[in-house]
Amino acid sequence: MNKTFIAQNPSVLWFLAFLGIFTVAVTLLSEVTGVDVISTSFVKTLGKTLCLCLIAIAMDVVWGYCGILSLGHFAFFGIGGYAIGMWLMYARTEGIVLDSLAGQALPATPQEISDAIGNQIFGVVGSAEFPMIWSFADSLFLQLLMVVLVPGLLALVFGWLAFRSRVTGVYLSILTQAMTLALSLYLFQNDSGLRGNNGLSGLQNIPGFEATPQATISIVFFIASAVALGAGYVFFAWIVSGKMGSVIKGIRDNEARVRFLGYHVESYKLFVFTITAIISGIAGALYYPQAGIINPGEIAPIASIYLAVWVAIGGRGRLYGAAIGAAFVSLMSSWFTGGGAPDINLGFYVIQWTDWWLVLLGVTFVAVTLFFPKGIGGLFDYLVRKPE
Amino acid sequence: MSMLLEVSGVSVSFDGFRAINNLSINFAEPELRAIIGPNGAGKTTFMDIVTGKTKPDEGTVIWGERNISLLGMSESDIAMEGIGRKFQKPTVFEDQTVRQNLAMALKNLRGPFAVLMHKKTAKNGVRIEEIAEEIGLLGSLTRVAGELSHGQKQWLEIGMLLAQEPRLLLVDEPAAGMTVEEREKTTDILKRAAETRAVVVVEHDMEFVRRLNCRVTVLHEGSVLAEGNLDHVTSNPRVIEVYLGRSHA
Ligand SMILES: Nc1ncnc2c1ncn2[C@@H]1O[C@H](COP(=O)(O)OP(=O)(O)OP(=O)(O)O)[C@@H](O)[C@H]1O
Ligand SMILES: [Mg+2]
Repeated sequence: MNKTFIAQNPSVLWFLAFLGIFTVAVTLLSEVTGVDVISTSFVKTLGKTLCLCLIAIAMDVVWGYCGILSLGHFAFFGIGGYAIGMWLMYARTEGIVLDSLAGQALPATPQEISDAIGNQIFGVVGSAEFPMIWSFADSLFLQLLMVVLVPGLLALVFGWLAFRSRVTGVYLSILTQAMTLALSLYLFQNDSGLRGNNGLSGLQNIPGFEATPQATISIVFFIASAVALGAGYVFFAWIVSGKMGSVIKGIRDNEARVRFLGYHVESYKLFVFTITAIISGIAGALYYPQAGIINPGEIAPIASIYLAVWVAIGGRGRLYGAAIGAAFVSLMSSWFTGGGAPDINLGFYVIQWTDWWLVLLGVTFVAVTLFFPKGIGGLFDYLVRKPE
Repeated sequence: MSMLLEVSGVSVSFDGFRAINNLSINFAEPELRAIIGPNGAGKTTFMDIVTGKTKPDEGTVIWGERNISLLGMSESDIAMEGIGRKFQKPTVFEDQTVRQNLAMALKNLRGPFAVLMHKKTAKNGVRIEEIAEEIGLLGSLTRVAGELSHGQKQWLEIGMLLAQEPRLLLVDEPAAGMTVEEREKTTDILKRAAETRAVVVVEHDMEFVRRLNCRVTVLHEGSVLAEGNLDHVTSNPRVIEVYLGRSHA
């Protein structure tokens, strides 16, 4: 990374500066410092929002820059969450089990310990056996590897099949929806090995840090999310600038022309699809310990559609737009649906935002698409004139 | 003279309609060739076949000294073999600058990782400027291609072809929508390009073809009707009947 990269992408510095100030401010105002203006639960909301910003910029790269409207990136996000969740749940349950067995006269055999952990985790789905996919759950390192490898491999195989057959446009979108739907339906099954619709829970409790207050843990995850977002931003800015950016934007605008220039378009799509899937997985792995719970509903197709809506509202084809869109819409969403927004009494009818928020979001989406195709990020064009 | 490209016995049908019918046509290197023919004669389809966009039902397309078959190769592999193509409708990347358009076309490694690690070099910069000079866009390198005039877009696309350094250039209707002056300039660019490589130009405009001053192939209903210099083919009664007779009626 050299001077010209920053010089050509002034938004990177602005974004990092803003993110840095925001992170420091939130940390100082949190419970950790004793100021306690920002509650621990809101710190978690903000930390989760940063993770959503990270997946949103990944979505922007794949859709806004490369023209692939993936409606399945939340599947990768969820897989990242499950991968880290398995370790969190296993290690914590192991700790509890070891504690409770410690009082026994005879030391428990490894088999007994394993059975006891299995019973604790899979009792809800009427099982005690450890499924194959939990083989590495006792190793944080291996599960972290899964966070990257599983989304990456799934995207690689799926993308290879889809791009190789030159599936494009709406058909590709449908295919990605089918992928995430299939994954979510599979996970809903009790014998999926991932506790069916119960999902994984208690993820906010970090094994080994039982004594650490949630206020501290939430700030650590908040800062980690900010660092991941900052790093992801720089990484994607690097990818979409320079010649790579030229080629993938070329693919978006005229795929055939790029092919006749000698570029193997499918390889580029596969590269972009896979790399964004991996980053989505990482975002998910940071999100779910802050959420505390993950279940198959999180992977439902609608989540990936929201992702596209955030990016569209924020402004496709500019990374900061995607981040702004994700932050703005998801925070608004929790405000409206969480009872934050006051109901509007029209006399003959009371607008309750918990019901009407989706309508408002839908109308906003349509309006932005029709009248402000550049989204919220487009407003910056009025502030900054691009140097020629 | 050894042939650069040999197309023989090629046919292709679309829903039972034979767009190309037992077509055989060869090109040497270097060579400048014009292909003319009425609308629907199959000129663009011929280019589609050579560049891998359309797979023919029968026939062979043999390329280069190694006599490799282009059939079954992907568009990008064919392009890498050294065949460049300009589309009938000018297609440049309108969102990007003239420089970026040319840089993308410049002959360099094409793999994703090579492109990701690509560094701007002085050599490439010089090459881009040479090409921009050649196509008269040196002063417009930082302009967004979408802002260019129609003629300039056509030139930019020709420039992108040159940047690829192909051995064979297939140019589909380069002069469409150009002013007389622009046409003259376009002829010069193509003639110069043909000094070192094979350049095949499809064009309707007879004045343009005359100025190219090269061998002409007349296509009609998907096969070669006549071949020779322009005066020779235009005096061929069958050509007059199917082509000139109709379009100049
Ligand atoms: N993909 C396709 N599907 C169906 N028909 C096609 C297809 N491509 C070409 N054709 C038909 O094949 C014939 C030859 O078309 P082609 O575009 O090659 O003609 P052309 O010589 O380039 O004509 P023009 O001078 O108008 O550009 C036309 O009748 C056209 O309608
Ligand atoms: Mg044509």
